[in-house]
Parts: sequence; C-alpha cells; structure tokens
Amino acid sequence: MNFNFSEDQLLMKEEVKKLLDKENSVKRNRNVLEGEEKFDKELWNQLVQMGLTATTIPEEYGGIGMGFLELCVIAEELGRGIAPVPFSSSVYLATTAILNSSNEDIKKEFLPRLASGEIIGTFAHSEKTTFPSESGISVAAKSGKVTGKKVAVPDGDIANFALVSATSGKNKIGLYLVDLSADGVEIDSLETFDPSRSHADISFKSTPAQELSPDAWEDIEKLLDQSAVLFAFEQVGGAEAAMNQAKDYAMGRYAFGRAIASFQAIKHKVADMYISLQLARSNCYYGAWALSNDAPELPTAAATARVSATKAFYECSKENIQTHGGMGATWEFDCHLFYRRARLLSSNIGSQGIWKDKLITSLEKSNSPT
Amino acid sequence: MDFNDTKDEAKFRDEVSSWLSANADKKEHAKDIYRPAEMSSEGESGESSALKDAKAWQAKKYDAGWACLHWPKDYGGRDATPMERVIWGQEESKFKVPGGFFEIGQGMAGPVLMLYATEEQKKRYLPPMAKGEEIWCQLFSEPGAGSDLAGIKTKAELDGDTWTINGQKVWTSGAHYSDYGIIVTRSDFSAPKHKGLTYFFLDMKSPGVEVRPIKQITGGANFNEVYFTDVKIPDSQRLGEIGDGWKVSLTTLMNERLAVGDASGVDFQEIFELAKDQDFNGDTAISNGAVREKLADWYCEQSGLKYTKMRNISALSQGSTPGPEASITKIVSANKLQDIANYGMDLMDNASIARDEETAIFQGSLLGAPLIRIAGGTDEVLKNIIAEQVLGMPQDIRVDKNVPFNEIPTGSKN
Repeated sequence: MNFNFSEDQLLMKEEVKKLLDKENSVKRNRNVLEGEEKFDKELWNQLVQMGLTATTIPEEYGGIGMGFLELCVIAEELGRGIAPVPFSSSVYLATTAILNSSNEDIKKEFLPRLASGEIIGTFAHSEKTTFPSESGISVAAKSGKVTGKKVAVPDGDIANFALVSATSGKNKIGLYLVDLSADGVEIDSLETFDPSRSHADISFKSTPAQELSPDAWEDIEKLLDQSAVLFAFEQVGGAEAAMNQAKDYAMGRYAFGRAIASFQAIKHKVADMYISLQLARSNCYYGAWALSNDAPELPTAAATARVSATKAFYECSKENIQTHGGMGATWEFDCHLFYRRARLLSSNIGSQGIWKDKLITSLEKSNSPT
Repeated sequence: MDFNDTKDEAKFRDEVSSWLSANADKKEHAKDIYRPAEMSSEGESGESSALKDAKAWQAKKYDAGWACLHWPKDYGGRDATPMERVIWGQEESKFKVPGGFFEIGQGMAGPVLMLYATEEQKKRYLPPMAKGEEIWCQLFSEPGAGSDLAGIKTKAELDGDTWTINGQKVWTSGAHYSDYGIIVTRSDFSAPKHKGLTYFFLDMKSPGVEVRPIKQITGGANFNEVYFTDVKIPDSQRLGEIGDGWKVSLTTLMNERLAVGDASGVDFQEIFELAKDQDFNGDTAISNGAVREKLADWYCEQSGLKYTKMRNISALSQGSTPGPEASITKIVSANKLQDIANYGMDLMDNASIARDEETAIFQGSLLGAPLIRIAGGTDEVLKNIIAEQVLGMPQDIRVDKNVPFNEIPTGSKN
C-alpha cells in the first residue's frame, strides 16, 4: 500500500518550494498587497518556465501530461508561499474546465496557450453575495452572446478569458468561454480584503461567447469538486506555514524569564493547530486519491478535504497572530498576510457553509458514509 | 497513490482471511460485535463468560500461530513484520471474535519483559501471555501520581534478595482477573524523583495483595485499587537496574500510546442515522442547517483520523516507522465521542433522559467519554507530547527536578 505521493512527485514539490523560497514569495505577496500591480508577473513567469501551468495538459495540446497528483503538491507549495499569482483561476479552474470538456476546437485553441502561459483564464460564477445555486444564475446566453454581471471574479482584471456560467434557456445552465477583451465587457477592479490577489466585477453586454456546453450544471459541480481538492492543498500549505511561524516565534520569544514555547498555554495552542492540520492533510490525501482516479467518491472526498482545510487554515492563521501577541497584529509582521489569504481561499469557490452542506448531501446520496 | 496491497501483502492477507473464515463468523455489519454464546446458568457474570470465550479464541489463534504475530517465534509469535500485524488486525476486525483481556499484557508487559527479563523468564512467561493462559495487568498510577507518574510513593525495600512492597495503586485495569502484574515502585525516597524508582513483575496471588474494584460513573467496574501490605518480590523479578525504573516505565508508556486507539461508542454513523430519523421543529433533524454543519464537522474528524491511520500504515508498508504523530487519534476520537453523545441526546430532547434501546448507546458513551479522555494519557499530556516530541517545543520548566523526592510536595493538599 502506498497512500502517499511518489518520490517523483515529492521531488517536484521540493523544487517548487525551493523556487518560492528563493524568490521570497511571501515578500512578493506583500509587494503586490502594498503596490499597484495586480499580480507578480516575474514570479508568474518563473512558474510558467518551470512548466507548472502545463502540468495537467496532455502533450498533444502542448502540455507535459502529468496528472492531478502533481498539481496537488504544487498547490500545497503555492499555499505555503502565499504566492501572489493567478494560478488557481487559470490552472485549477479554467484549464481543468477545458480539459473536462469535449469541445475539441476550444481545447486546441486554448490549452497550448494556457500551458505556455501566453494566456490566463478564470471562472466567473458568483453573481450575488451567496454562492450560486442552479436557480440563482441570471447571466444569460443567447445566440452566441452573454449578458449580465458576475461579481468578485478572482483575477477578473488579469485574465484574458473567463469561463462564464449562464442560463441557456429552458432552466439549463451552460458554460461559455468569453474573451475578456471583446466588445461589451466592462471590468471593474475591486478593493479587496486580500489585495495580494486581484478580483473584479465583470459586466457583459451581448458579448460574443463560445459554448463549452449548454447543459453544464453537473460539469460545474464536478469542476468545483476537482478544484476544491486543489484549493484544500493550498490551504494546508498555508496552514502549515502559519503553524510553523507560531512555533518558531514562541521558541525565540522570552517572557517571564523563559521561552513562551515552554508554557502549556502556548504548547497546547500549537498542538491544536497541528491536530487540525493533520486531519486536513489526511483528508486532502484522500481527496487527491479520488481526484486523480476520477473516483465516484470525489464529491464526498473533495468536500471533506475542503471543509477541514478551510478550518485548519483559519485556526492556524488566527492563532499564529495570537501567539505573536501585539506584534502579530501589526502591518509589519507577515502574520496578517496568511490571515488574509486564509479568508480569501475560504471564500473563493464557495464558503464553509456551502461545502458542509454539499458534504452532507453527498453522504445522504451515497448512503454509506463510513 | 493507492490503497493496494503489495504482492506479498496480498498473499499474506489471503492466508489470514482463509484461516479466519474457517475458524470464526464473519460480521454482517461493520458494527457487529461478539457476544458470549451463553451466560452460565450458575449466575456467572457477563465478564467471566466473556473471559472464558476470549481465552478460548486466543488459545486457538496461538495454536495456529496467529497470536502476537510480531513477537519472535521462540516466545510464541511468528516473527511477522509490522505490516503483517496491521493486516491481521484489519482482517480479524471483520469477524465476530471476542477480545479485550490481553492487550495490557501483550501490548505493554510483553515488550518490557522482552527487553529486561532473563532468557529463562521470557521462555516461562511470554508464551502463556501470548496464548492468553495468563493475564497481566499494569500497576502504575497511584492516588497521588497520575499524569505525574514519577510521583509514585509505593515503597520497595530490599533485604537480602527479597523486596518488600507497601503502598497503593489505582486505576489498574483487570487487576481482579490478572495472574501477574508489572509494577513501578520507589526504592529511594532521598534521591530525586525520577532516580529513585525500581521496576518489577509480580504474582498477583502473592500474600498481601488486595484488589478492590472502583465503580465508575458508567456503573461498571473495569478498574481497581490495589493495596500492597508487606508483599514479597524476589530480586530476580526486578526489571532493569535498581533506581532505573523510570527508564523502564517509559518503554511501557510508549507502547501504551500505540495500544490505545479509537474511542469506542457512538461515532458519525450513529448521529447521522439519528438525524435522518429524528423529528426536529416539524421536519427531520438532518434538514436543519445547524444540524448539518455539526454532522459535517464530525465526518471530517472521523475521515481525517481514518486517513491519518492509512498514512501511518502506508509508512509501515513502505518500510518506515510512524512516529508519535499517532497521538492525535485518542484526543480527537474521545472528544468527538463525547460531543456526539451529548448532541445525540440533545436531538432526542427530553426523551433522551429515559433509558431505552435507542438512547442507551448515547447515554453510555456520554458517561464513558470522560474516562477515555483521561486513561492512557490525558488530553493535556498528549498535547504536551505533540508539542515536545513531534514539534520539538521545550519541556515545561520543572520545580521538582534534582530535588530529593521526600522534599517535594505531592498529591492533593486540600
């Protein structure tokens, strides 16, 4: 039995970590957060050069033909480094959606350019303050054109194209590919909670769109499940980084004549972070197994990984600040970068309540939860 | 990434499975448990009937070479690999077989004898322990020394080659049916706390040993107080050097933490089924968002433990040893058990107070959970272990270090 990543996959993980350490991606996160740039192009280009955007794309479409397991280890490292790049939008979501589709023309046109980093994609789904249900989509597609508004689209002001969920008539939700430089697209960049990752509202007015599928609600659900596993790995990477920050700080910070790491109040706090993190990591591994095997257990496994990773990153990032004391709540210390990223990742692709509900729904359907 | 056996593992699993199929009844549901075939007509207690069945099953396994598989053949085992032991456990858990009496002996006393006893003693005591003929208990905790085990006061005095033991132990599981026990005592009260301890094994039928059951909050009595009045132990039954008892105890405790696993009682499946059936505000409980959120949290914990275990087994299968990371299992499962039991009773509202078929398991789990959170290392001790041994954080600053034991305040002062 080998319920772990292969040596090659772990080697790849190490290479990505090395790159992000060398490039000081946490510092780069701060630069984007404080600066005018919407993402770190230099870092993005390095990730592209390393071939990471081509990971899951088959060779026939210009990719390197690896699988989701490789993407999982990359995601964990991007999370650890809170990298300020549009990787989740372009790779977990846009690339996966196109790979899932049977539209050969779109695959041929877009996958090679996604692989080479020439273009960036995103997924435009939310319309209101709640995550959309099947009846909650109002953007409409008609005769090859979409009209309506999507809100807080991750990387909406970075991406070259978006996959847009829209009604296709007769209570069906379709999935459409829209060139964001086309006529009738209005992009409003948003001031956000975590400015290291850009978001924008996007309005479409009779904007030309290519149809991936006119009846795509199940495809969208599957895409969300697939990406949930990848988001969960990113969250686990971030959670582990925050836990280690707390531990390292506590070992070096002296109060009452001793390292605060020797107080049980602090030790137990860090132990709680560790417990939360281990449960999340183990659930992520199961998610990775289900994702890479396209197993029928994917909806349950993905929701389980997502819910526990969201919890772990929140807990580790907030208790990291607490462990640092007042300095942890300053702009100068990095703790808040992780705290912001934890919140951001919890909101992208649906909140905790949505995923908990999805989890119980999938258990009710499968009727054999254990 | 897979859950598949290697070729050797699959072959071993087949062998195990076919022996079990020929010798035991397969469970129809995962939650089926073994029940003694008959309660004796002479008013025999459920426990002694279960013990008789457990001994018979253990002897059957022993005769076929399936007892204590990882032990050396010379001592009653089969020299199995850690992975083979895991496979045996996985397969045996699919069958309705008795158990529950031999873990302390085989899991804790056995490994200590293996390290510290003479060859002659090992040959004498280990095979009957493996066969379940002789049952062992562990005499560690005292009224003044629980988590702070090194604070024990049971006194051992040497005269010639015989030790005399006086004092009291507590929380001794199974002392009332045990044949032998491992015991840690204080042989030097003027040495610092951890330096004055000496470790022995003894015959529980020795004169001066008195066992009194402790009635727990569940109403059951699995634990005992054990009193020692001028109990004699030959020096040949000392394990380790005089004054080295702490080191020997640590070996035992390390094995205890490996032996203590999931807390048994209500888990996700029970609360999930209850929520589907239970009325709540004019609908089923499971239709309620607040209930669904709770269920999701517990499912994630249960699943997280399951796949943590898989990661550990995988490490074994790949030839490495899992570390103290397994400490999270008891903390998470015992707290989950307590919370699920409490929430289940909450869902059943006032009817939960009456004891019937449906409420019994929730009530029993709620009353049993506090002791599970304490036995075999409290939540707090286990969190210290995670912080110190897994994460490398420093030990607490100790006020009792290098102080003669008889000058340290111990026990309860109120």
